[in-house]
Amino acid sequence: MMSPWLQHLPVVPIVAPLIAAAVILFFAERSRAVRVAIAGASMLAQFAAALVLLALTTDLFPDVWRQGVGVYAIGAWQAPFGIVLVVDRLTGLMLILTSVVGLAAFFNSLAYWDRVGPHFHTLFQLLLMGVNGAFLTGDLFNLFVFFEVLLAASYGLLLHGSSTQRVKIGLHYIVVNLVGSLLFLIGVSLIYGVTGSLNIADLPAQAAALRGKERALFDAATSILGVAFLIKAGVWPLNFWLVGTYAAASAPVAAAFAVLTKVGVYVLIRLGSLNQGADVLASIEGSAMLRPDLFGGGMFYLGVLTMGFGIFGMLAAQQLARLVGYSVIVSSGLMLTVLGLNIPALMAPALFYLVGSVLATAAFFMLSGMTERVWRSPAPPAAAAAPTAEPVVPEHYVPFGVRRAPVLPAQDDEVGVAIPATMAFLGIMFAFCVLLVTGSPPLSGFIAKFALLSAAIEAAQGAPWATAVWTLVAVTLATGLASLIALTRIGMRLFWSATGRNTPRLRVLEAGPVAVLVLLCIGLTVAAGPVMEFLDAAAASLREPQVYIETVLGGRVAP
Amino acid sequence: MEILFALAIGVLSGSGVWLVLRPRTFQVIIGLALLSYAVNLFIFGMGRLVVDKAPILADPAATDPALYADPVPQALVLTAIVIGFATTALLLVVLLAARGLTGTDHVDGREPP
Repeated sequence: MMSPWLQHLPVVPIVAPLIAAAVILFFAERSRAVRVAIAGASMLAQFAAALVLLALTTDLFPDVWRQGVGVYAIGAWQAPFGIVLVVDRLTGLMLILTSVVGLAAFFNSLAYWDRVGPHFHTLFQLLLMGVNGAFLTGDLFNLFVFFEVLLAASYGLLLHGSSTQRVKIGLHYIVVNLVGSLLFLIGVSLIYGVTGSLNIADLPAQAAALRGKERALFDAATSILGVAFLIKAGVWPLNFWLVGTYAAASAPVAAAFAVLTKVGVYVLIRLGSLNQGADVLASIEGSAMLRPDLFGGGMFYLGVLTMGFGIFGMLAAQQLARLVGYSVIVSSGLMLTVLGLNIPALMAPALFYLVGSVLATAAFFMLSGMTERVWRSPAPPAAAAAPTAEPVVPEHYVPFGVRRAPVLPAQDDEVGVAIPATMAFLGIMFAFCVLLVTGSPPLSGFIAKFALLSAAIEAAQGAPWATAVWTLVAVTLATGLASLIALTRIGMRLFWSATGRNTPRLRVLEAGPVAVLVLLCIGLTVAAGPVMEFLDAAAASLREPQVYIETVLGGRVAP
Repeated sequence: MEILFALAIGVLSGSGVWLVLRPRTFQVIIGLALLSYAVNLFIFGMGRLVVDKAPILADPAATDPALYADPVPQALVLTAIVIGFATTALLLVVLLAARGLTGTDHVDGREPP
C-alpha cells in the first residue's frame, strides 16, 4: 500500500522548515553561504513534499489514499482526541502555492534583502512553517498555534531592514493581529467549552447535537472565530492595517505575505465546507459567518464592500506597492463574495482565480521593489545595486546595544549577474503583471474571471437570487476596470516620464523569480484545462465533506 | 465563585479594551496584557470551574469523569500564556524602537496637531 516512509510525508512541510530554521542559527552571520544552502535545501524539500502530496490527492494514485484524503496522526492517537494533519486536494493546492511563492521570494531575497538585517532566513523558514501548518492541521487549537507561528515570523520579517516607517507600521500590524489572536482564542475555547471537541472534522457532528442555549453559544463562538479569520483575510472594515504593512515590507517579504491573506480565506473555505453537510445544514445555518445563505449570508455583503473599498483604494493609490496591496484586498473580497454566494459551480473558478492572483501579486510586489529602486534612488546605478546600503537607523539610537551584522564582503557580488536591457525587462514584466492582476485577456487572470462570471451567470438563470449574482458580475468587472486605470496611470508615470530616473543593474537573482512567476501564470493559461479538471475535483470534494470527515474520524490512521 | 470569576474576566477585558483604544503605546500594551489575562481566565473557565480535583486519572480503574478536572483547557491555557507572553515581549521591543525612532510614544508615531 504505502511505503513506510511515505506515510510521514504530510509532516515534512512543517518539520523541514523548523529544522532548517533551528540549524541556521548555529552558523554565524558571516557564513552566509551555509545559511543560504540550508534554507535552500529546506525550500526544495518543501517543494518536493508538496508536489508529491498534491500528486497523491489526485486520481493518479487511487490506492494510497481513499478519494484523495490523507490523514497523518501525530503521536498516533485516534482522531477526535489526538492531533491530526489532513491532506486533501485543497490543502495540496495551497501547499504547492506556498512553496512556489516561497521559493520565488527566497531567491529574490538573495540578491539584496537577506543581508540588510540579521536572521532573515530563520524568520522566513518559520513563516513557511506556520503557513504550511495552518493549511495542514485538522485541529482548531493547533490552527491557532500555527497562526501564531506565522504571525510572529511575519512581525520579524516586516521589521526586517528596520526603518522608521517599518517600525511605525509594524506597531499597528502587531497590535491588530494580537487582538485578532485573542478573538481567535475566545472562539476556540468557547467551541471547546460547548462541544468538548477541537477537531475540525468532528465539529459538524458535535454541533448538530447542540440545542437551545448551547447552540446560541456555539453560533457566537463561530462568529467570533470568523471575525479573527476575516481580520487575517483583509476584509473591510477590518483591513486598514493591510495596505500600509504590505507597502512598508521589503519586496520579497511582501511577496511572501501575498499568501498570508489567503490563509484566512482557506480557513473560511474549509470550515464552511465541513459545516455544510446535508444533515448538519439545518442546525448550523444560524451562524451566518460560516454557513451563509444564498443571499442572506453576511459574507456576501462583506465581500462586495471589500471589493468596493479596493476599487477606491486602487484609484487613489500613488505608489505601486500600495496599489498592489489594494489588489490583494480586491482578490480577498472576490473570494469572500463567491463564498457568500455559495453556488457550487463557482468554487473551482474561484480557486483558479486564487492561485493566479497569489502568483501575480507576489510577482508584482517583487517587481515594485525593483522599480522603486530604479526611480527613487538618487545614488549612481552601481551603488544602488550594491548590497552595502545600510538600513536607516539614527545615530543616537542603538537598539539594546545590538550590533548590526558587519557589511558583507564584496565576493557576494558574484551571485548577481547583471541582466541587460533593464528597462525593457521591467516594462515587459510590468505589462504582464498588469494583464494578470486586472484580468485582461489573454492571460490566466482573464480565464479565471471569465470562468467565474460565466458560471455565475449560468447559475443565475431564473434563480431567485439573480440580483446577487449580477452584483458579483458588476463589481468584478468594475474592479478590473479600476485596476486597469490605476495601473496604466502608474505605468505611464514609471516608464514614460523620464525625469530623474537611473537605470541600475538588475541581478538575475532578483529578476528571475518575477519572470518565473509570470511564466507560471502563462503556463496556467496554456494548461488551464487540466488545472481546471483538478480544481473541479477539489471543489467536488469540498462540496461533499463526508469523505473528509469519515477519513479523519474513521480510522485508516497512519501510525 | 462563578460570579467572582465572571466579574474578574469582565473587569479585566473592559479595562483592556479601553486601554487598547488609547493613543499611547504604553497604554496599548498594558491593555493587551489585561485582555490576554481575561482570555486566559476565560479559556480556563471553559473547562468548568471545579475545586480540589485532579486533572490526572490517578486510579486506572476510574470511570467517573465528574470526579476530575478537565485537563485540556489547562493545556490550552498554558500554550496561550506562553504565546501571549512571547508576542507581548516582541511588541514591547517594537514599542521601544518606535519611541527611539520617532521620538514620541503616540501610536501613530507623531503627536496629534
